[in-house]
Amino acid sequence: MAIEVRIPTILRTYTGGEKAVDASGATLGALVDDLEANHPGIKERLVEESGELRRFVNVYVDDEDVRFTGGLGTELSDGAQVVILPAVAGG
Amino acid sequence: MREAAAPTLVRVLRLDRTTYDAIVAHAKRDHPDEACGIVAGPEGSDHATRHVEMVNAAGSPTFYEFDSTDLLRLYQEMDAKDEEPVVIYHSHTATEAYPSRTDIGLANEPNAHYVLVSTREHGNSEGPVEFRSYRIVDGNVTEEDVAIEESRG
Repeated sequence: MAIEVRIPTILRTYTGGEKAVDASGATLGALVDDLEANHPGIKERLVEESGELRRFVNVYVDDEDVRFTGGLGTELSDGAQVVILPAVAGG
Repeated sequence: MREAAAPTLVRVLRLDRTTYDAIVAHAKRDHPDEACGIVAGPEGSDHATRHVEMVNAAGSPTFYEFDSTDLLRLYQEMDAKDEEPVVIYHSHTATEAYPSRTDIGLANEPNAHYVLVSTREHGNSEGPVEFRSYRIVDGNVTEEDVAIEESRG
């Protein structure tokens, strides 16, 4: 089950410059592990050591911010669309 | 034989007067909260053409964050138009127009001009503002010149 993951500019160093890559997983957490297997180093940029999604990384599944759908536990259906966007924020 | 170091390119942010005025007006209007937004432009062009005011979801005088749903829509729209954020701007309302540590830590668009507007002097009123631009790459801040081009017509 291939899921398209849109990669932001800042993380394209991990994907050989690709704007989108395919990955698989029944949940977002599994998908991130699959991403990590093919693009080592990317997981650390998305997930805290505690296992939580980083505060200033936004991940959307089918246009829904996963903070409102169960975070890394969010289930992915076949053909789901995943978008990763760093927050635009500051002080 | 050693290779010569690549020449350091002096970068300049070029903005048309209309966009510059709109950013300043936005910062003044939202004072004392921080205002934020972008100017999008064709990918790779470094040409800032489409000003988009964003809502500061933090609604704060010391912090800004694009609302996450608005952020997704913005990037989808830019994607569809083959655009990228050429300028990312926000205001400081009590401090100088220089990136804070938080700004530097959260800067994730290495190709963007990060514009800081300080409204500390005149707040919501008429009067000059500090308007400065930076590159922020891997935690390194480089200030660049701002060239305002008078709008045609």
